[in-house]
Amino acid sequence: MSEITISRRTVLAGSALLLGSTALPTIGWAQSPKKGGRLVVAADSEPRNLNPAIVASNGVFFISSKIVEPLAEASFEGKDGLDPRLATSWEGAADGLSVTFKLREGVKWHDGKPFTSADVAFSALQIWKPLQNLGRTVFKDLEAVDTPDELTAVFKFAKPTPFQLIRNALPALSSVVPKHVYETGKIEENPANNAPVGTGPFKFAEHKSGEYYRLEKNADYWGKDQPYLDEIIYQVLPDRTSAASALEAEEIQLAAFSAVPLADLDRISKVPGLKVITKGYEGLTYQLVVEINHRRKELADLKVRQAIAHAIDKDFVVKTVFLGYAATATGPVPKNDPQFYTADVPTYTFDVAKANALLDEAGYSRGDDGKRFSLKLLPAPYFNETKQFGDYLRQALAAIGIDAQLVNNDSAAHIKAVYTDHAFDLAVGPPVFRGDPAISTTILVQSGIPDGVPFSNQGGYKNDELDALIAKASETLDPAARTELYKEFQKKVAADLPLINVAEWSFISVARDTVGNVANNPRWAVSNWADTWLEA
Amino acid sequence: MTRALLLLRRRLVGSVFVLLIVVIGTFLLLEAAPGDAVDAYIASTGGDAGMIELLRHRWGLDQSALTRLANYLWALLHLDLGQSVTFSRPIRDVILERLPNTLLLMGSATALSFGLGSALGIYAGARPGSFRDRFLSIGSLALYAVPGFWLGLVMIIIFAVDLRWFPIGGIESIASGKTGLDRAADIARHLVLPVRALGFIYLALYLRMMRAGMAEVWRQDFVLAARAKGLSRRRIVLAHVARNALLPLVTMLGLQSAQMLGGSVVIESVFSVPGLGRLAQEAVAARDTPLLLGIILVSAVLVIVINLLVDIVYAFLDPRVGASEAGA
Repeated sequence: MSEITISRRTVLAGSALLLGSTALPTIGWAQSPKKGGRLVVAADSEPRNLNPAIVASNGVFFISSKIVEPLAEASFEGKDGLDPRLATSWEGAADGLSVTFKLREGVKWHDGKPFTSADVAFSALQIWKPLQNLGRTVFKDLEAVDTPDELTAVFKFAKPTPFQLIRNALPALSSVVPKHVYETGKIEENPANNAPVGTGPFKFAEHKSGEYYRLEKNADYWGKDQPYLDEIIYQVLPDRTSAASALEAEEIQLAAFSAVPLADLDRISKVPGLKVITKGYEGLTYQLVVEINHRRKELADLKVRQAIAHAIDKDFVVKTVFLGYAATATGPVPKNDPQFYTADVPTYTFDVAKANALLDEAGYSRGDDGKRFSLKLLPAPYFNETKQFGDYLRQALAAIGIDAQLVNNDSAAHIKAVYTDHAFDLAVGPPVFRGDPAISTTILVQSGIPDGVPFSNQGGYKNDELDALIAKASETLDPAARTELYKEFQKKVAADLPLINVAEWSFISVARDTVGNVANNPRWAVSNWADTWLEA
Repeated sequence: MTRALLLLRRRLVGSVFVLLIVVIGTFLLLEAAPGDAVDAYIASTGGDAGMIELLRHRWGLDQSALTRLANYLWALLHLDLGQSVTFSRPIRDVILERLPNTLLLMGSATALSFGLGSALGIYAGARPGSFRDRFLSIGSLALYAVPGFWLGLVMIIIFAVDLRWFPIGGIESIASGKTGLDRAADIARHLVLPVRALGFIYLALYLRMMRAGMAEVWRQDFVLAARAKGLSRRRIVLAHVARNALLPLVTMLGLQSAQMLGGSVVIESVFSVPGLGRLAQEAVAARDTPLLLGIILVSAVLVIVINLLVDIVYAFLDPRVGASEAGA
């Protein structure tokens, strides 16, 4: 089995584990998978739309990635970090104007109709490009998809588009849905959005709102002898503490996406029959970021931003907020990214004296009450850890004479306050790094983004040099040159601090040790689970 | 009989106004909350400006609040609760799917707290000041002071995780294919813990009310007369003291129904029961205004109906009640 079972102490001792894990090969343990069985997993939410071609988000993938497949999936060993799924090969033209996909033969949709290049063309042009949350950016220049034969799809771009970006986008952005199901009526209102039809190892069986989703084995799946499981049940457990209890009571066998709170992991790792797994999320890295509103005159001053960066003890945050299940960050690309990360950036050591000196230099001396100025601090409510870091940051800022007032909102109110109303000075956000800075990272610092776009630069930051760099990288075709540009980008962001990257974390799975082949790819929780099996 | 009918008529007219106030009040409250359904939705997906505009238009959120309220009320007049934004299904269907679970949970919990509470109250009140009286009063107060979610969690740890007597949550076994009596037994097994958690909290209220009522009745002249007549203590307690003390409890039953609905929000989350309370919580988080309005409306109707029933029962139990209405 490939899992690494660990205790909190070992993580603290070797915090490099999470980072190094991308490079770790799957550790084989000769035990043949068994067929059959029902895997019950915890689900904490019920997405309103289950179509991953429209909504490319982890909440949707968690369930629908077993039903609807992408062209390629992330892999620890595969070339360029990819494993073929519906496409068997992909090749970019030298001019960056086309990408040719060879498709898998003999694949059938769950309703029995054959899968062809027409489905890929339809998904790309009618869904990914106009409707998908991420595809609208990445595929914006996609002009046509030629289908010379049933198993070849040629993507044609109006402007040169880096093949490296398309390749990196494949796992999350390329879910293929059947043309014959979606071609009549409005795509957004198609009933298949809530009962997906795909080519994956499992078929959608039923959803009882507030109770569970049930997926059934697809007996006609193209993968040899796959899938192993007969059924997957997603049991809806809305309460944060239920997943741990359900695992202990043996009512569920797996809780992914840190459904078991970090604080419970130490205890749960000692329960016989349960294992805590930190692998399998390397391709889904979340970043803990301090978003800055540069409209505030104090924060527009680089010295003040540097002072704030020096006031944050990143090691303390990793140890205390994340209980060791995270890594400190140096810049806008996470350390565990194999392609783009560079450590060669300006760093900010934890140094309160230096932070105070910088603030004095900037001309914000302490008043009679010891305070320099006041700020509004809005921690994002989506994770316990973002809220806890908000509490920490308030104290860290107090130490350098900045009085931060915490404003706690629920998701809808937070999104509105930060990204539409700009009613914040500092915010704590958890942006996601999706394998390529052009997918959802550069947007965090780029200028000229309309108001209201979430998880983007809404802090009024504008840096012509950085904007030019981002524009250049978006049209640089040579992967090596493009990677260099993004290294430059990391340096500039770390130097000018449009935002402050504090830490990087992934999720934790807890599973019964009867579950086999857990965490064997970098997006395991949102991959197809065709080879997952249960010991009887 | 006419007394009951008159009461019914008066109540129905009043109810319409109550419901209207509830609907408009809820709408305004949710309107005042920052962020709308699109904000809540993109919090989990992200998206660019064009997509956000598209969604606002499709979900009708680009209209003014007044237009939306007017549209809602107009549809309501035709008994149409509208379409849920989060579920993209008719709200009537979504609510009808969840309502039975909440009614089952609430009904069982009310029966438990009322039944056991008044029985223990009689037991305690039969001998005011005795050891058992003090023990029950203090014990029930302790239960009342415990937060509902905590009681639920402790029960889960003891009875579901450690002893494994009952399931940790849900309303029935998942995709078990059970039907008829088997299914009923399965649901009953799932309800044991949530009903106890919800019922135990309100038990104290009935117990203490019964006990206090009895303590007062004991001092009445007719009790002295009953004693003088040579009736057995048992008969005095049950037929005279307890019976007279029971009336306020019936009033309480009506008032409590609204509280019980509120309490079920917490209990439904802790025990993952797919009920109305959890639905309301999700509707607020998703800023699904029409869905929340639908839930509030159904809950308000529920509370009004229960109180009406209580009043009718009351009118039969105590001939003095409703006499003024009958005369008016």
